[in-house]
Amino acid sequence: MSDEILCLRGVHTHIGAYHILHGVDLQVPEGQVTMLLGRNGAGKTTTLRTVMGLTPASQGSITFRGQPIQARETPDIAQLGIAYVPETMGIFTDLTVQENMVLAARAARHAGELDQARLDWIFGLFPALKKFWLYPAGKLSGGQKQMLAVARAIVEPRALILVDEPSKGLAPSIVANLIGALRELKAQRTTILLVEQNFQMARALGDTVAVMDDGRVVHRGTMAELAADEGLQQRLLGLSLGAHA
Amino acid sequence: MTTANVVAASAVGAAIPKASFDWKPIVLLLAVMALAVPAIGSTSSWLTLTVAGLAMGLIVFVIASGLTLIFGLMDVLNFGHGVFIALGAFVATSVMGYGAGAGWGGFFSILAAMGVAMAVAGAVGWAFERIIVRPVYGLHLKQILITMGGMIVGEEIIKVIWGPLQIALPLPDELRGAWLFGDAAVEKYRVLAAAIGLVVLAVLVYTLNRTKIGLLIRAGVQDRSMVEALGYRIRRLFVGVFVAGSALAGLGGVLWGLYQQSVTPQIGAQVNVLIFIVIIIGGLGSTFGCLVGALLVGLMANYTGFLAPKVALFSNIALMVAILLWRPQGLYPVTNR
Repeated sequence: MSDEILCLRGVHTHIGAYHILHGVDLQVPEGQVTMLLGRNGAGKTTTLRTVMGLTPASQGSITFRGQPIQARETPDIAQLGIAYVPETMGIFTDLTVQENMVLAARAARHAGELDQARLDWIFGLFPALKKFWLYPAGKLSGGQKQMLAVARAIVEPRALILVDEPSKGLAPSIVANLIGALRELKAQRTTILLVEQNFQMARALGDTVAVMDDGRVVHRGTMAELAADEGLQQRLLGLSLGAHA
Repeated sequence: MTTANVVAASAVGAAIPKASFDWKPIVLLLAVMALAVPAIGSTSSWLTLTVAGLAMGLIVFVIASGLTLIFGLMDVLNFGHGVFIALGAFVATSVMGYGAGAGWGGFFSILAAMGVAMAVAGAVGWAFERIIVRPVYGLHLKQILITMGGMIVGEEIIKVIWGPLQIALPLPDELRGAWLFGDAAVEKYRVLAAAIGLVVLAVLVYTLNRTKIGLLIRAGVQDRSMVEALGYRIRRLFVGVFVAGSALAGLGGVLWGLYQQSVTPQIGAQVNVLIFIVIIIGGLGSTFGCLVGALLVGLMANYTGFLAPKVALFSNIALMVAILLWRPQGLYPVTNR
């Protein structure tokens, strides 16, 4: 078993009067892809936002590489090496693709200071970004925006990438492309915590899996175990992965 | 690293609309200027009024640009912005009064007044943000009440320091009078004010478009929490923008005071209405919209003042209503807002 890079213990989160997370326990092993699954409203997005400090935890502990981060502010958490791709993608639509990337690269003051080798690698993953490099990001299609959102998260090496439902609303061909790109990241042993409702994507990428329900993690294990056990899928998720093959 | 072309050719080649600039507000501005020629009937009068209108517009832009950035980036409705205008104008009376006694030249006197006014307004802006604005981030109603209260308190402090009466702020001899182009008279001071407005515009455009700080400001106007999630402390940027916006208001106060050649403690409240009209017309948070809105307001005020003085009293309100009927979010709405 790999070392845990991220560990949540008994995390509770409130949004206004609503109690969303009810004691989440979650471990993310380093160098693996951890899938966070669950029905709508189970608390998956809130879990990622809580890790980033965007919706701070009201109770419990979150440690990153052994350091407690639950009381830190979002910029401090990001500076530890955690990248976040929100469900809304968080693209700055009035900025160009290039400007979005420069912003994501904290060490670069302008496009000339971007790591060219890494940029070439990203262009290899997402050629559309090269083509539309100087275009306003708001003009990109939904799939291209998602590529930009993922590209922004990897423009500099990060220890952990949190990705929230990257396949949402995208055409199957674009989802297949994203799976390919995330597979390449996985091959480089990038640690990813991926929230996903698309089970084809989950099965293709996941090493470990945590299933959430009603603000708690109700199952932890390997993706292979869950994929092989239709009864478990029915019980935890109300459907069968086999049906989504 | 290995390279994998994982995106299908169809996705790469998918056509997206060419990046295009919205020229319609610029065309509107030019149309207003063109329509004024036959309405005024005299080319020389038109030229005089147009230069005066553009100069007034650029002064208003200097004042309003800080306010629109503060709103755009920080989502703060700062109704106390006027106090920095008044502060800048009153500081100018002191500095230029001292300069006259010390035998400073006119230009040096104005430059010193601008520098000191910006420094004082910026410093007071820093305290204003910390004490008055910071506790009410995200609370619009409270922001309106407390910043208006801040302006009232500021005005009273100005009365304590400089007195409640109007103070003359005469132009130095070098800037009095006008240059004549045929029958058209172009006032020297208005040319200087327009030049300063253009310099501020150039600095703002450069900062916003060519620097990382500008990139952060433009991104922060759209989505503050995502900028933080990328690892940037946007609160520091907030304070910096607030201080810069206050300093620009102080500079604008000097220019406005010299434009009026007198200063009253109510000068800030008077200009406040005008700058809110400008930033609403331009699109809240949009710097370029603020420029176009300010120029439209300056031109309309001068044209209607000449053609129909009674109409001039509500020309800016009428302009705002017309623009909002055409574009309810202003000339250049900021995306995501």
